[in-house]
Amino acid sequence: MNKTDALIIGAGPTGLFTAHQLKLIGLDCEIVDNLDKIGGQCIELYPDKPIYDIPAVPECTGEELTNNLINQLKPFDIKFHLNERVDEVKKENDNWIVKTNNGTEFLTPNVIIAGGVGSFEPRKFPVKECENYENKSLFYSVKNKKIFEGKTVSIFGGGDSALDWAVELSNNSTVNLIHRRDDFRGAKATVDKVMSLKKEGKINLFTKYQMTSIKGGNDLESIDIKSDDKEIKTLKTDYVLGFFGLIMQLGPIANWGLNIDKKTVEVDTEKFETNQKGIYAVGDICNYPGKLKLILSGFHEGALAARACFKLARPNEKYRFEFTTSSKTIKDRLGVKGD
Amino acid sequence: MFSHTCPIFLHNYIILMAKITYITHDNQNHTIDVQNGLTVMEGAVQNDIPGIDADCGGGMACATCHVYVKDEWFDKLPAKEDGEEDMLDMAYEPKKNSRLSCQIIVSDELDGLIVNIPSKQG
Repeated sequence: MNKTDALIIGAGPTGLFTAHQLKLIGLDCEIVDNLDKIGGQCIELYPDKPIYDIPAVPECTGEELTNNLINQLKPFDIKFHLNERVDEVKKENDNWIVKTNNGTEFLTPNVIIAGGVGSFEPRKFPVKECENYENKSLFYSVKNKKIFEGKTVSIFGGGDSALDWAVELSNNSTVNLIHRRDDFRGAKATVDKVMSLKKEGKINLFTKYQMTSIKGGNDLESIDIKSDDKEIKTLKTDYVLGFFGLIMQLGPIANWGLNIDKKTVEVDTEKFETNQKGIYAVGDICNYPGKLKLILSGFHEGALAARACFKLARPNEKYRFEFTTSSKTIKDRLGVKGD
Repeated sequence: MFSHTCPIFLHNYIILMAKITYITHDNQNHTIDVQNGLTVMEGAVQNDIPGIDADCGGGMACATCHVYVKDEWFDKLPAKEDGEEDMLDMAYEPKKNSRLSCQIIVSDELDGLIVNIPSKQG
């Protein structure tokens, strides 16, 4: 069981800055995120897109912002639990017991939800029967590429994941690459590679096609794909891979007894606390009158929630407001020399 | 008309609206007046029309405000910006007449626009 003063759910910009604020005031914290990397939406949705409304930063990309926030956390020792989704939150006396899908457990008086618009999950095929084959012969990510050797693999999608795997698997498998239009959004070099492999007969390319059905018994046998012109082709296939990006789901948070309205969690604007004592929500996932879904708002919300955490984590101490410019205690925490 | 006789009215009270019809997956028609300048997505969200999630808030970053535009309207809409088609790759059941409703800005020209909302957004 990991004991901590505060558990942050979500390693996006708001979660990261909230961690900074907690550490500055002398609390420890750990961070859980469902993604395999730090940065949340900034990294997952727009790593290369410029952001123009971070105070005092005229322009930066999602990736630069994330890297700067990680740098800002360097003086502190913060444990990240990536690739883990928080599933359960249970009250025990004055603490919350939090469990992840990997079985990691936390005991903490404070849980800060900085979950953006929920956790990212892969987007799935609209064809319902696909569920029957999921994680057996139909996958939304590749964990072990060896299983595809010598087999036929049908890959759907037009981005880098789909193209990269089509190129990679074409070495040892028969590859069908299916995409809903002629254009690919993957890197140009990869698109060129796919086109040359198509010419060599190593990739069967079907553009302007989408899946309409999936057939087989216990084992997958074939899929039907339909073109814009309503032409249907049946492809024999052993495996199907779908790469349609990620979608955000509120996930298990919905079952924690919080007041939720339109996928956001209601909070007060003093502590950013939810209707459950010791559970806070900050950033895009919280909702209050006048809420703006801006990164800068998340920073403010995290700073106030961190102060609220102090009361529950150190019930016998009094929180004293200090500036980083003048406080010796804070400078010690940051590991910088005083004047 | 008003501008000659009563210019204050012009500034304070005349808000130009267009009628937009949203047809949900269960064939319910919702026709509402949406203020010019708002997006078709905002019109839906502000009027609690079900089926448009708009997770990213209109940033063309999530494809959860996906709609099908009635054929007779599709060509009348301003062309897609770079990136919208990329996002539509990730939409649930995209078709030829798919658009992201956050990218359609309401104007007089769009008065009467009809869009169908897909069965789900992700």
